[in-house]
Parts: sequence; C-alpha cells; structure tokens
Amino acid sequence: MSRWKEAAHLIRPALVFLALSVVFLLVRRAVVPASFGQFGHYRGAVLEEVRKLPIRFAGQQACADCHPEVVTARAKGHHRGVACETCHGPLNKHAQDPSALKPEKPVVTVLCRSCHEKDSAKPAFLKQVVTAEHAGDAACQSCHNAHTPKL
Amino acid sequence: MDVTRRELLTDAGKALLLLLASAESASPADEGYDATKHWWGMTIDIEKCIGCGACARACEQENDVPEGFFRTWIERYEVDPLNPEHPTVTSPNGGKDGWPPAPDSNLKSFFVPKLCNHCTDSPCVQVCPVGATFDSPDGVVLVDDDYCLGCRYCIQACPYGCRFIHPKKQTVGKCTLCYHRITQGLTTACCEACPTSARTLADFKNPKDPVHQFLHENKVQVLKPQMATRSKVYYRALDGAVR
Amino acid sequence: MMAIHPGVEGFMYPNEIELQWSILIVLYPYVTGLVAGAFILASLERVFNVSAVKPTYRLALLTALAFLLVAPLPLQLHLGHPERSLEMYLTPHRSSAMAMFGFVYLWYLLVVLLVEIWLDYRAEIVERAQSSRGLLRWIYKALTLGSTNISPASRRIDDRVGYIVTIIGIPSAFLLHGYVGFIFGSVKANAWWSTPLMPIVFLFSAMVSGIAAVMMLYMLVSWLQKRAIEMMCLDTIAKYLFYVFLVDFSLEMLDLIHRIYEADESFRTLDFMVQSRLYLSHVVVQILLGTCLPLLLLAATQVFSLGAAVRRRLYVASGLLTLIGIFAMRWNVVIGGQLFSKSYLGYTTYKLEFATREGLLPSVLLMLLPLAILWVLIKLLPPFEEQHAA
Repeated sequence: MSRWKEAAHLIRPALVFLALSVVFLLVRRAVVPASFGQFGHYRGAVLEEVRKLPIRFAGQQACADCHPEVVTARAKGHHRGVACETCHGPLNKHAQDPSALKPEKPVVTVLCRSCHEKDSAKPAFLKQVVTAEHAGDAACQSCHNAHTPKL
Repeated sequence: MDVTRRELLTDAGKALLLLLASAESASPADEGYDATKHWWGMTIDIEKCIGCGACARACEQENDVPEGFFRTWIERYEVDPLNPEHPTVTSPNGGKDGWPPAPDSNLKSFFVPKLCNHCTDSPCVQVCPVGATFDSPDGVVLVDDDYCLGCRYCIQACPYGCRFIHPKKQTVGKCTLCYHRITQGLTTACCEACPTSARTLADFKNPKDPVHQFLHENKVQVLKPQMATRSKVYYRALDGAVR
Repeated sequence: MMAIHPGVEGFMYPNEIELQWSILIVLYPYVTGLVAGAFILASLERVFNVSAVKPTYRLALLTALAFLLVAPLPLQLHLGHPERSLEMYLTPHRSSAMAMFGFVYLWYLLVVLLVEIWLDYRAEIVERAQSSRGLLRWIYKALTLGSTNISPASRRIDDRVGYIVTIIGIPSAFLLHGYVGFIFGSVKANAWWSTPLMPIVFLFSAMVSGIAAVMMLYMLVSWLQKRAIEMMCLDTIAKYLFYVFLVDFSLEMLDLIHRIYEADESFRTLDFMVQSRLYLSHVVVQILLGTCLPLLLLAATQVFSLGAAVRRRLYVASGLLTLIGIFAMRWNVVIGGQLFSKSYLGYTTYKLEFATREGLLPSVLLMLLPLAILWVLIKLLPPFEEQHAA
C-alpha cells in the first residue's frame, strides 16, 4: 500500500480543525461589534455612549445665567470662589426646568463643618473653628449668611 | 386587534430600517467635539486641599458611584519627619463625610485627593484581555460597560487602586474624568465642587490652558513615578511620604 | 486604625479592601499546573526514552486531559460576565497575557493533547467501535473520525507523528504554565507578584504537582483495579519528582533570599505579611509540610534501601504533602498578593465563604470534577496494557 494511503487518516483531525476554524471565523464576523477597532482596540461606539451619560451638576455658569444677583452679592465675600452646587447639590434638573425641581436648603450643620471644622491637616488660609467650642449648639446660619459669611 | 399581513410587513420593514439607521457609527468629531484637539488631565494643589470631601460627594452624585466604592477619594496624612516611611493615613468612607475634628497635632499633616491618573502608558489598558478598557483619542482611560467581562485583571494592574468592580453591573468602574461633561465644555464634577480650586481640569493641547503655567511655575510630581505610567494628574506640593 | 472595616490593619486604598481574585483564581493555576506536569511526565517516556515510566504514559495523558477540561471552569465562575468570555477569542488584546493565554490553552488542548491521545489510542478506538454495542459504539465510532485503517504501517505513522506532537508538546506545556506565571509576574503594580522568576517558579512547581498527581493516581487506579504496581515505574517517577522538587525549592529560595537581601520599598510590608497573615499557609504548610518534609521523605527513599511496601507508603505520604504544598504555593501567590495594600501601609483579610459562587464548596467540587472525568476517560480509553488485545 502506498505511504499516503497509510497516512490518510491524518487528514481527518486536520479537517476537524479546519471546520472549527471556519466556524470560528464566521462567528467572529457575526458577533464582533461593527465599530470595534475604529479608533483602537475597543468598540468605537462606546465614546458616543459615554458622552451621552446624564449630567447632574449644571456648573457655575448655568447658575449665574439665571441668578446674577446672587453672584453679585457673593462677589466680595469669602465664599466667592465656592461654586453654588458645592453647597446646593447637583441642580442640572433645576437649570433645565426651574419649576420641575426646587432646590432644597443644604443641611447646614454637616455642610459647614465639613470645611470649617478645625483639623491640623487643613491649610492655614482656611478659617477653622472647633464647632463645639465656637458656638455650642447654635446653628451656623443663626449668625452667618452663607453667601457673605464674614461677620 | 387583528394585524393584517401588510401591516406586519410594513412594521417589520420600519423596524429593520430603524435598526440599520441606529447601527453604530461614531466619530470623535460628532456634534462639534473633536477628540484629536484635546488631551485631558488634572492638576491638584495639595496646599489648597481642605479635606472637605465635596469632590468625592459630587462625583458620587454625578456618576452614580455605588456605596463603598470610590472613583475619587481623599487621604489624610500625618507624617512624623523622623519616620516619613510610615505616615499615618486615613480615608474614612473615602473622605466623603470629612474627618472627625483633629485640632491638635504637631505632626506634618495634609490631605491628598486621588483619582484615576489617566496614564498615557496605563498598565490597566495593557492587561485588559478584550479591549473593554482603553485610552480614548483625547487621553481619557475609559471602560466599556457593555464589553467588560469582569475578570478584574485591570484592577490588579492599576498601581493606584482607582478601579473597582461595580457590585450590580459586575463590570469595572473608575473615574472617567467626567468624559460626558468635559466633552461638552463643562468641567468635572469634582473640580466643579471643589471650594478652593485645589483640583483643576487640564487640557494639555489647549495653549491657553492654565496648566502650562502651572507646570512651569510649580514643583510638581505624579504619584508613584517609578511605575513609569506617564500619569497625567500632576500634584503641586506633594510630600515624599505620600503613597 | 480603620475601625470601620473589620479585618483591615493600617491603611488600604479604599477600593482595595476587598480582594478581587478569590480561591477560584487559586484553583486555576493549580489545575493548569497539574496538566503541564502530567504531560511532562508522559513525555519522559515518549521523547526521552525513560522506559521505566511507560506504564503511566497513557494515564498521564488522560490525567492531563481531565484537568485541562476543568481548567476554564473556575474562571467562568469567577467572571462578572461569563457570557462575554468568548470576547477573549474574538477580540483578543495582544498586549494582554490573559488574552494570549486563551490561545495557548486552545493550542495545547486541540493540537497537542487531543491529537496525541487520539494517535496513541486510535487502534483500540477502532477495535472497540467494531466490538461494542449501543451508545458506546456510537461514541467510539465518532472518535475514529471515520477512519478504520489500523494496519501496522498506519500505526507506525501514528507513532512517528505522535512523537513529533510530543516534541512540540513539551515547549507547549512549558508555555501553558509559564504563561500563567507571566500573568502574575508581569504585573508591576504588585510587588509580591512582579518578578521575572515567576513563570519559572510556576513551571517547576507545576511539574512537581503534576508528577506527584500522576504518581498518586497510578497507585490509586492500580489499587482500585486490583493490579500490581510496577515498582520500577513508581521508583523512577518518585526519583524525577525528587529532582524536580529540588530545583523548584531552590528557585523559591532564590526568590526569597533575593527579596530579603535587596530589601526594597515593599520588603518590610511583605515580610510582615508573611510573618503574620500568611504564616500558616506560607511557612508551615507550603515550606515546612509541603516542601521540606516531602523532600526529606523522598530523599530517604533515594538514600536508604527500603522495602517496596515502605517505599509505597512514603510515596503516598510525600505525594499527598506535595499536592497540598503546591496548592498552598498557589494560594500564597494569589491571595497573598492581595492581602497587603499597594500603599505598603496596611493589610486586609480574605473572607472565604462556603456556599457562595466563589466559596469553598464550588472549589471542592471543581477539584473533584477532574477525577470524575478521569474515571470516565479510564473506562472509555483504558490506560493499562493488559486490557487490550495484543
């Protein structure tokens, strides 16, 4: 018998591999997302998807557009560099449709302390107090106006 | 309600057309935003950080960050100059609720906000087996939620501990530099909320961006420079004790 | 101290308190290690003509196959989205060792192991396709892949091709487990993992565990099938186990000594971790009970003349200790590498649960599954000579 006939059975596993490879390539063509590889080794469409995520904080400019009088009032005070939403929370919904969401007043006791409670790690330029000794139980806003905090 | 064959076919045809129309076609130049014109990063001034936690809270609210995990957080350091290799560091709930009062200390102490460094040579992108995390054309390291397997290799590879597995989505979450905001002309939520402007978004490709002056005039450092990840978050006044 | 998180000592970055890779990821290198080791033992006879171990040749191949089939399962169980795991083959990221490993696994399974087993068993498969009945007949018929030529000439060709496949198989087996070592060793962020020695250490400990596994299975299967154990074979396997173990031990000691000597930034943290959280699993289980003791027992069989029964008992004891010790090594690498903070300022604890997706129960079941598969394979493709027609 010829050598090749004796080795013919080796074709069979080879054919199995070939079939598997073909199936693999077909599956690949069908399943891999179309935009994959567009800008790099990732699904190009995801950039657009991430860009479309919802915005919660409107940004200082949006507040200033409707409330210029507050901006003016704060302009000379120590809090002029603090964005409105830092204390008032995310307000993009309100900026888009003011009547849809009325902003709530921030919880003063916790909020003021987070910045102004004395901590040796805080830089010296920041006014700090030990609130327990500073005003006892009194609420911060009973003496201070948050927009123009200096007494 | 009886549906005629004609109605069924027209509805199917419409659905097919809609499907084809909504097929993926993204370009970085969509809607006026050209990714090739931006190269994003951040600057952080340690001497301005007051450890208020507003940035971490704002990030949580902007990005629906799950409880117990952090896209950004603040660390409080106390350094004994005689033993700088062993600072005392705390970060209770990532600093979101601030710290308990600590009026007296003669140790050097300060706050360090941390986030994803959006490294140019990020080891996390290098190890992702499928291309679910990647570097965007404008230098932001992002995660594709629909592609991530949740294998966690990138979390292991990140030297800075900025990645986590989202407990519900079972995919990797991390700081996106508020990509959805910065591509629309807004700043990141953390920079927006910071009351002292300790954190500032930087666009290295913008010649007018204050980052150029910042880098020129100040002594700056990145975290773990020995990792050679080419981090794009630059710290001013970063103490050697910072890990 | 962080009182908020029980089990945390010192400072951890907030996101790294909970471990990312669990016991399932300990299982995975353990199982692939057994595969590589079993195959190397099989190749000893085929390529290096160590004829003494011939009785275990087929058993070693079947063992490798049983474990290789189970290897992806702990990974699938661990993934957040196992339904997306095909992405590793469809869009592999070439810079990722994990992605490239998927192809090494596939290559090894299809081109090396299955082909070699098929070529070696082909004659028996064809015979059984003709002689058996019912479902078994269909199974054997399928396994013949449609060819019934088992003439002596074709079998000589099978032998020749099988030899070449084994030759390709040896570096493939090295690659299989070396790659797993590289998956850990290439992570610069992790001081416990990052070392060029990692692939080598993994490979040698794989060989140790694989050889020990085949040695134990040979004794077990012989005992179950009530056949005599060929002591020449067993002694030779034990001898190779001993020598490979010596190399493995030296490599691990080299890594340890190197770390102690250089004492870089991470050293104090790692040293403390080994002496506290990792003491039991590293010093006691891996080093003392899992390496030193079996080495002593094996050395005793090499140095002293002991009776066959005594030698068998020593082999069982050292084999068992070895298998436990190599498991501990995997545990210490995977879990140990996550117990310390990347800030080098703190430590956390691993909470191993029982009946959860990544708990102890599925792990135990996953380790028993290859034995079940092996049992089926042994019934289907008997590994020992006397059961075939001459």
